[in-house]
Amino acid sequence: MNNLNNEMKLEFLSKSSNEAFARITVAAFAAQLDPTIEELADIKTAVSEAVTNAIIHGYEEKKGIVKIRCQIINEELIIEISDNGQGIENIELAKQPLYTTKPNLERSGMGFTIMESFMDEIEIESIVGMGTKVTMKKTIKNNSETEDALQFATSCD
Amino acid sequence: MESKYYNEEKLLILKLTEEIDECTVQKIRRKADYEIERYMPRKVIFDFNSVTFMDSAGIGLIIGRYRIANMLGGTVEIANVTDSIKKVLELSGLLKIIKITELEEMAG
Repeated sequence: MNNLNNEMKLEFLSKSSNEAFARITVAAFAAQLDPTIEELADIKTAVSEAVTNAIIHGYEEKKGIVKIRCQIINEELIIEISDNGQGIENIELAKQPLYTTKPNLERSGMGFTIMESFMDEIEIESIVGMGTKVTMKKTIKNNSETEDALQFATSCD
Repeated sequence: MESKYYNEEKLLILKLTEEIDECTVQKIRRKADYEIERYMPRKVIFDFNSVTFMDSAGIGLIIGRYRIANMLGGTVEIANVTDSIKKVLELSGLLKIIKITELEEMAG
């Protein structure tokens, strides 16, 4: 991992009150890539969806730990969000827009669709009974100050 | 969430005042349903002016209120959304049935 510019890890209890904390923390970490406001909003929304899934579907509102790992490799932000919950039986079905296992609670079934559209790449790994890991990647377009920002980030080490 | 009802126009304005996600949506839903069932408005406008963040929990919130308002003979519109919230709404197809409207600060 020669090109690893930065990395952080975050663990928290599966409470939906931690969603805001999770997306704000990831956004703060991503800020060093000098994203636009739109890119930052995309990242926050995608993180919020993945964390909601871990809490609502993974742990079904029981207590568990949600883990987030963020890496910056060159201009790419890589976000891994994982749980040790019940896992997804059929990933292809879960990814379908409007598909939800909990329609009675007004879940829109748009979580994975939002993650797919707001990030460049998404990969879902899941083992039933073991848990789920969602990996999302987004390249932050080269804004004029990106180089400066990266230099700044390393210069204060 | 703050609400204001205009009797003459049978208009209910629900002003959302927080970030909308899985955590906050339940309380908003309860309060919105209470207000809609109480006034049976002809039109409900969700004012997003103070909302800086919304994920897919907001989609369910709006569709659910749209169903209830419709059942009671009313419509639902949305006002003052940011570009990023609009993006979430567009992706969900919600804008095919729900209009984004202009809403100025109302007096009284």
